Amino acid sequence: MLHTFIALVDNKPGVLTRIASLFRRLNINIASLTVGETERDDLSRMTIVCEAPENAAHRIRASLYKLEIVRDVDEVTRGEAVIRELALIKVAAGPPASSMSSRTHLFELANVFRARVVDLAPESLMLEMTGSASKIEGLLQVLAESHYKILEVSRTGRMAMRRGKHTSRVLKALGSKDHGDAEFPPLAADEALPNQFAEHDA
Amino acid sequence: MPKATKTNPNNAPTLTGAEILWATLVGEGVSTVFGYPGGAILPAYDALRKFPIHHVLVRHEQGAAHMADGYARASGKTGVCVATSGPGATNLVTGLATAMIDSIPVVAITGQVSSKVLGSDAFQEIDITGITLPITKHNFVATRAEDIAPMIREAFQIAQSGRPGPVLVDITKDAQQGSCVYDFEAVAPAPYRPHPMLRAETPEMVKAIELMRASTRPVILAGHGIIQSGAEREVIAFAERHNIPIATTLLGLGGIPASHPLSLGMMGMHGESWVNNAIQQSDLLLAFGMRFDDRVTGNLATYAPNAKKIHVEIDPSEINKNVKVDVALIGDLKEVLTTIAKILDERGEPRGVDVTKQWRDEIRAMKGDASVRDIINLPDNGHLYAAHVINDIWQEAKAAGRLDSTIIATDVGQHQMWEAQYFKHEATRTLITSGGLGTMGFALPAAIGAKIACPEKDVWVIAGDGGFQMTAAELSTIVQEGIHINIAVINNGFLGMVRQWQEAFYDKNYACSPILSPDFVILAGAHGIPGANVTKRAEVLPTVTKARTADTAFLINFAVEKEDGVYPMIAPGAALHEMVRRPNPLIETAED
Repeated sequence: MLHTFIALVDNKPGVLTRIASLFRRLNINIASLTVGETERDDLSRMTIVCEAPENAAHRIRASLYKLEIVRDVDEVTRGEAVIRELALIKVAAGPPASSMSSRTHLFELANVFRARVVDLAPESLMLEMTGSASKIEGLLQVLAESHYKILEVSRTGRMAMRRGKHTSRVLKALGSKDHGDAEFPPLAADEALPNQFAEHDA
Repeated sequence: MPKATKTNPNNAPTLTGAEILWATLVGEGVSTVFGYPGGAILPAYDALRKFPIHHVLVRHEQGAAHMADGYARASGKTGVCVATSGPGATNLVTGLATAMIDSIPVVAITGQVSSKVLGSDAFQEIDITGITLPITKHNFVATRAEDIAPMIREAFQIAQSGRPGPVLVDITKDAQQGSCVYDFEAVAPAPYRPHPMLRAETPEMVKAIELMRASTRPVILAGHGIIQSGAEREVIAFAERHNIPIATTLLGLGGIPASHPLSLGMMGMHGESWVNNAIQQSDLLLAFGMRFDDRVTGNLATYAPNAKKIHVEIDPSEINKNVKVDVALIGDLKEVLTTIAKILDERGEPRGVDVTKQWRDEIRAMKGDASVRDIINLPDNGHLYAAHVINDIWQEAKAAGRLDSTIIATDVGQHQMWEAQYFKHEATRTLITSGGLGTMGFALPAAIGAKIACPEKDVWVIAGDGGFQMTAAELSTIVQEGIHINIAVINNGFLGMVRQWQEAFYDKNYACSPILSPDFVILAGAHGIPGANVTKRAEVLPTVTKARTADTAFLINFAVEKEDGVYPMIAPGAALHEMVRRPNPLIETAED
């Protein structure tokens, strides 16, 4: 299964190597890894998504803590956290004269998926989309099945943040970790998008 | 713990980085370092004479790392080794890996090329922090004089705290040459952060106590942790209070006196049959500071099938790694056992109720068919067995009343297992051996480190003819240091354990396991170390006494039976009780 860890680590040279080296030693494949600044200058925040057996989570956390540069480790599931990814997708789309319908269709698709057109070139256009991994995969699959030629895809990998403490505690008290999204009324609009693909990113 | 310098914090002196290095080491309580100079560490060596530190010049940096390791194992203090950049640093690698896997506190100092040329493939430049990433607990690069003191102090804290381990500090040449204000107290590391997943809480302990109460066939598995935690007395008190027999791992030997009535001996691949059988038939295993290594569990699927398991361990990542446990008490063993005893006292638990008597009688009955003892009872038939030699070294130390003051450093292989079987350790920190990594060549340098840590003790090297040749250059270090170490080379003309596996699992195809050796007595003599050849059993005891009472180091070459095996043995992947017994105590070789 996929595990999502949020690690707060020292903002120093070589920290990424130490984290990556640990996963290499444990022979665990990192599905995605994002690193960035945090509200504190001396700490970086990593969201690590990895494929490992369910019972491996304890050992991964315990091993992460053994690294001197790790300050905090949290493992989150989809219900407990907002997990987002950003994707840039370049799609082949000829000049309007030759394939007007195709471009219009792309704009429509982008609209439905709440993706934005961020670059328009004579032979291609670029879409930017933020959302859960499954929604990005949804857009990619619709594009592929509609016979668009995807020229390039760049994805950031998942970033995660635990939901507000109070609501999270409520969630746990309800014991509904996996179906927890319904407990949060003010959902972002794109959360409610119809999607034919199972959500595997939790 | 660090001693404070008398420096006035408002008027701290300005020192060079090289001086700061030694001053900080002195501040951390270091009196001896093991090292080898070279270009990138020369500024540090230039400043060494100003400080009360004894430097042991090694013959190869691997020796320096093993000596620091042996020093730490014998004394419980942190060992320090020093090397230059490039090849000096890479030569430390095997020693650091040995210390890492056996959790030994070692601080390694390496020189590095100047920070201005870092990453340019300068002469003797190597990325040693990259290389040692997986074999150190942590490592540092100091590129400015200001970095040195805080990094060294943090290195000591990391090396000694929690589950100990080696830490490397790489110091560039310009950092050594630069200077800055030095204030030992001002650069104290932030307070030690215990691993956040430690959770030896009362409810867990109560669960453990309940499991103990339900048990009539318990066994304590005592590992290296009992020595590392300094919990020898607590473990014995615990065992005596509940009448629980104790099996030890290789690295736990010595933690529990072998003669203690509850002590069973070593478990695992070459453990005695009754120890492994007791574990297999137990209904409760209390694992104290051990990590269920594959060498002690055998096949995990059939390991102690009817036993509940309580794991007391300081490293949370070891819990449920190999063996699924029922209760995990994650914390320092000594503290956990002290707390459990307190809970038991508060609850007014009955003392002296002996529910395990029948169980202990059963184990005693199993001792009756101990295959490992066969060789001791063998009459002198003209053959010299390694087991005899080791048993006689033990008998000799015992007769001289030196058993508690005799440290044995072993190499790796057959002789190591025979040592574990036939030398009955009575005192803690008297066996120094590479358990996890199995590093051949470890014994001689580790013994030098141990002797320097404990000059009042008798130190024996027990090494095979193969491993001894890996680091034999350190004989010269012994002479230069003028120390008295006794060396027993168990010489069977083979890489013995390799040969035994080839015999058992590779149709006796002895590929590359016969090994030619020099005349070790002449080799020792060339270094100015006296020695003797022993070929008969009757010569063993008098020669051992001669070595022990000599004024200088002494080497004995024991020409033992060539194709002897270590038994009992559990084949890799077999269950712990499926041991292979000694086929025939009389082993005739082709020459007979």
